[in-house]
Amino acid sequence: MSAHDHDHPHDHDHSELSEIELRVRALETLLTEKGYIDPPALDELIETYETKIGPRNGALVVAKAWTDPDYRERLMKDATAAIAELGFTGRQGEHMVAVENTDDIHNMVVCTLCSCYPWTVLGLPPVWYKSAPYRSRAVRDPRGVLAEFKVELPDDTEIRVWDSTAEIRYLVIPKRPAGTDGWSEERLADLVTRNSMIGTGLALDPSSLEDAA
Amino acid sequence: MTLPAEYLATPRLPLDEDGGPVFSAPWEARIFAMTVKAHEAGVFTWGEWAEALGAELAKDGDGSGETESYYDRWLAAFETLLTAKNVAAAGQLADLRKAWDKAAKATPHGKPIVLENA
Repeated sequence: MSAHDHDHPHDHDHSELSEIELRVRALETLLTEKGYIDPPALDELIETYETKIGPRNGALVVAKAWTDPDYRERLMKDATAAIAELGFTGRQGEHMVAVENTDDIHNMVVCTLCSCYPWTVLGLPPVWYKSAPYRSRAVRDPRGVLAEFKVELPDDTEIRVWDSTAEIRYLVIPKRPAGTDGWSEERLADLVTRNSMIGTGLALDPSSLEDAA
Repeated sequence: MTLPAEYLATPRLPLDEDGGPVFSAPWEARIFAMTVKAHEAGVFTWGEWAEALGAELAKDGDGSGETESYYDRWLAAFETLLTAKNVAAAGQLADLRKAWDKAAKATPHGKPIVLENA
């Protein structure tokens, strides 16, 4: 079952902000116009909370997919349901699609709107993810972007870039690192970085955990 | 990440084991940060904020402090306090919401939503 089988059921040609988002943006505009807040300084403060949204639920999803073939199959078939099995559901009921890295294919996710980030599984979007250079270059020059993230892939690895929509958010399942046979899900989850689930990183090498211990 | 001591007096603020704030959605982090910045700019004292939030939370009968509903009330309390402080004039926030809604609907998906002129 490939993620390519998924078609877009709706043709949404405009953006939509939820009632809550409208209220938050209205407040930000007001406070900015009055000179009480400076948007770059606000972003900087929010960045310090980046890891503070929920636990990194996505890492547990990936670790389970690595260890449980049945779960992996359910995840590839219907990621929304498989992720919900673990108790992680989004407030807006967004549709999740899992894309799996293999020896031949590397997946990478981009979106031009920060609201199109699967924060229920990945937490807060990093600032670079929302930045214009990443958004435009990820599509045009994925290899160059990956190099900046210190990810070097073999020349014959195909890179697939997935553009999220308001309805569909992607979760990259990175390749399971070698040398992790018999590891528990919890231990494996420590190897799954946020960037590896966006596709701008790989899962950590087991030796990196030994260094930290 | 820990918070300044006075912030810990915030009613029922959800904190993690390191004493940092916990959020369940990006907008929650945004409204929290805006409150911190407005306070730093001298719009209100943290005591006034704690009182406004406390009043909003008191409307909640059972007091079950779920993170989601907590920040819903935080947002309402922030709007109320800014209006009480005359930072927001009557109807101003509603007008801005309408302007953002219009801007979003006029923006093709994939482009950043920008408020041309409120």
